[in-house]
Amino acid sequence: MNLTLHVWRQQGPHEPGGMVQYQARDIFPDMSFLEMLDVVNQGLTEKGEEPIAFDSDCREGICGSCDLMINGLAHGPEDGVATCQTYMRNFKDGDAIYVEPWRSRAFPLVKDLVVDRSAFDRIIQAGGFVSTNTGGAQDGNCLPVAKPDAEKAMDAAECIGCGACVAACKNGSAVLFTGAKVSHLALLPQGDPERSRRVRRMVEQMDAEGFGNCTNYYECEAACPKEISVEFIAKMNREYLAAVVSGKGE
Amino acid sequence: MNLDSKIPPGPLTEKWDKRRFDMKLVNPANKRKHRILVIGTGLAGSSAAASLAELGYQVDSFCFHDSPRRAHSIAAQGGINSAKNYQNDGDSVYRLFYDTVKGGDFRSREANVYRLAQVSVNIIDQCVAQGVPFAREYGGLLDNRSFGGAQVSRTFYCRGQTGQQLLLGAYQALSRQIGAGHIAMHPRTEMLDLIVIDGRARGVVTRHLTTGKIESHVGDAVVLATGGYGPVFYLSTNALNCNVTATYRAHKRGAYFANPCYTQIHPTCIPVTGDQQSKLTLMSESLRNDGRVWVSKTAGDKRPPSQIPEGERDYYLERKYPSFGNLAPRDISSRAAKQVCDEGRGAGEGGRGVYLDFADAIRDRGEAYIREKYGNLFDMYAHITNEEPYKAPMRIYPAVHYCMGGLWVDYELMSNVPGLFVLGEANFSDHGANRLGASALMQGLADGYFVAPYTLGNYIASSASGLKIVTSDRPECKQAEAEAGDRLTRLLAVKGKRSVMSFHRELGKVMWDDCGMARTEASLKQALTKIPQIREEFWRNVSVPGGADGLNQSLEQANRVSDFLEFAELLCCDALNRNESCGAHFREEYQYPDGEARRDDENYCHVSAWEHKGVGQTPELHKEALVFENVKPSVRSYK
Repeated sequence: MNLTLHVWRQQGPHEPGGMVQYQARDIFPDMSFLEMLDVVNQGLTEKGEEPIAFDSDCREGICGSCDLMINGLAHGPEDGVATCQTYMRNFKDGDAIYVEPWRSRAFPLVKDLVVDRSAFDRIIQAGGFVSTNTGGAQDGNCLPVAKPDAEKAMDAAECIGCGACVAACKNGSAVLFTGAKVSHLALLPQGDPERSRRVRRMVEQMDAEGFGNCTNYYECEAACPKEISVEFIAKMNREYLAAVVSGKGE
Repeated sequence: MNLDSKIPPGPLTEKWDKRRFDMKLVNPANKRKHRILVIGTGLAGSSAAASLAELGYQVDSFCFHDSPRRAHSIAAQGGINSAKNYQNDGDSVYRLFYDTVKGGDFRSREANVYRLAQVSVNIIDQCVAQGVPFAREYGGLLDNRSFGGAQVSRTFYCRGQTGQQLLLGAYQALSRQIGAGHIAMHPRTEMLDLIVIDGRARGVVTRHLTTGKIESHVGDAVVLATGGYGPVFYLSTNALNCNVTATYRAHKRGAYFANPCYTQIHPTCIPVTGDQQSKLTLMSESLRNDGRVWVSKTAGDKRPPSQIPEGERDYYLERKYPSFGNLAPRDISSRAAKQVCDEGRGAGEGGRGVYLDFADAIRDRGEAYIREKYGNLFDMYAHITNEEPYKAPMRIYPAVHYCMGGLWVDYELMSNVPGLFVLGEANFSDHGANRLGASALMQGLADGYFVAPYTLGNYIASSASGLKIVTSDRPECKQAEAEAGDRLTRLLAVKGKRSVMSFHRELGKVMWDDCGMARTEASLKQALTKIPQIREEFWRNVSVPGGADGLNQSLEQANRVSDFLEFAELLCCDALNRNESCGAHFREEYQYPDGEARRDDENYCHVSAWEHKGVGQTPELHKEALVFENVKPSVRSYK
């Protein structure tokens, strides 16, 4: 099939950008969206033009590198997959497709479709961990964890840190990302001792990075390639409230 | 040069304890004065950087991704082995050691493997303490499953995303140290060269990928944890950006490359579909616990699988290896799949596929059981292939997955260049000629959490007088920076007609056809003629648009592929030199009448460590003899 692409091109963070039109020809339905872009880029390269810059690595939906707005939807039309697992069978011959980078104040643009998501790393650095040094851990079976708790923690821990939740949110909020990590660790006994301090510091950092507030639109859950539930936002809010009310973790 | 493996004397079970006691220590106040550069943030790199920073060293950590959490360890699905024996099914440190040595076809170092099995127990404890959400049983204790090449259940897992959860555990430990100011993190920064001063590794040259800035970083030791070189075959289960540049450039600066021909082809991947495919996707080996592998007994059978009656199916793994059946190790299963496809009995278009069938498991235990156990893998398969694996069998075919070869290291994980430590998949030491499932995660974390923090301290404490303070304005740094920059300028100046990807694909086809699952003297000689021709055309006709300042992904790719075009020759040269079949290295000339690999312990029971002699020049071979004091090398049987 043949498609018309409208792609956001921008040389650098301080240069003006705009949509540029490209033709994608002889595309097969079983190709992934990024393989389709590879074909377009190969054509540009052979003409000596600069290919479209975009992030991608594992191409199996787990590393969280790829991050495209496709026709206004974070990671495109399919539910529960990242851009790299979006297949061209979702489109038909002659379609026009609009491809843009994540849009959020906290994710400054680097070039074309590439953005800087280091704000997420700084949220984790603020408290998204268990303070345990290497060595000296007790036997793994000393602390039993109820299966439903372990499963719920895993549901939250599946986050791939791609930023689709922020891109999809009209407020550019990072509460699903932050809530997922807060919940993962708060649900396990290993994370319990630091739970108050953790949630306070992560929320403070999230605010300092310039992410917006949550107004419960739940676009984040709809866009999440791992379908992480908004219940973890509620969990984070409860954790935060408990920390503030009790005065713990200051 | 004499390759001293520094294996400690004494009984196997006491070597590591004894060595740890004999090591020199750096006092806590002095640790702060030493800077360690850690390249790569996968399991090995993140765990090493975090552990070293916890001890008090100043650590600089580098990764080419936008975040350290994206390293390819994240994609490992199945699990991590540990000799906990929680299942009471006969496991022990010694059995894990034995399985790993045998699984590696008696081409690994006994002492290293035993240590790996010993610390496997600590790894699980450490990860649990970090909050890694391992699968649990209803009683709240840790759950296990079986994996290929073992008859005990010793694999710990987090659904089908074990690598992700272990990496996030290490990433969080790393993040804690970054937040505390003990690690300087350098994302989107790629290593282009190793800086050697007075015979010691003292730094690296890097390029910042968004500004294009090339600079030197110096310190007291360099740790490479930069993964494997699978994409030399172009299509593999590796991430697109996995590359050999860091280890190959260290090799060009003097580090020996060991056993590059040991490349693992994983049996259960989704078959190739179009010409434009950019990567292959693995389906976890855990599927072989319940799936049965088969093809038609008749060559050229075009019937859909549902039309092939039971009596006309060949469950070839169960037939050939009755005691391990569908859980035969990876190298053996892959080769068996290739054999039946070569006989024209392959499934699907092009005949390069075999069926992985869950019909019996679904009939006996119900679809719900299969859904709970493998739901995410089935969904992934359905999503990629647009086929429904609950209704029809999956089609799978082997694909390049892991590299057992890597830079040569001694027992302390230090290369022959003093001060250059190599961890995880980037080194060669623990898996021999074939790696068993669920042991890559184990090795990466063993090296990073429990080996390097000790051995690196010992190096620093014993070299105090030799480690003079160096700065990045040394001539060695300036020269390495200039060379790295020059190479990029030359790539941009070619201004040819072909994309980097087209060359990469061409190289990959040569490697897969001539140096893949089966190799012959003739095919390898053919590859060694073709590779320099591709390289020559690359440097004459590659198109790399844009400049060296700022983000230029074509330039990054061109630079990596230019290294693959040199490294591929080394790999083929090693494969040609090893006149035997062992593990994943299968030379068609060396096999038993039943098609099994025929080792030659008399002439090849050694590590082949290659010294670089110039691009296009024959490298020099150094041998480290492998001595087996505890396990007697035997014909590896899974029958």
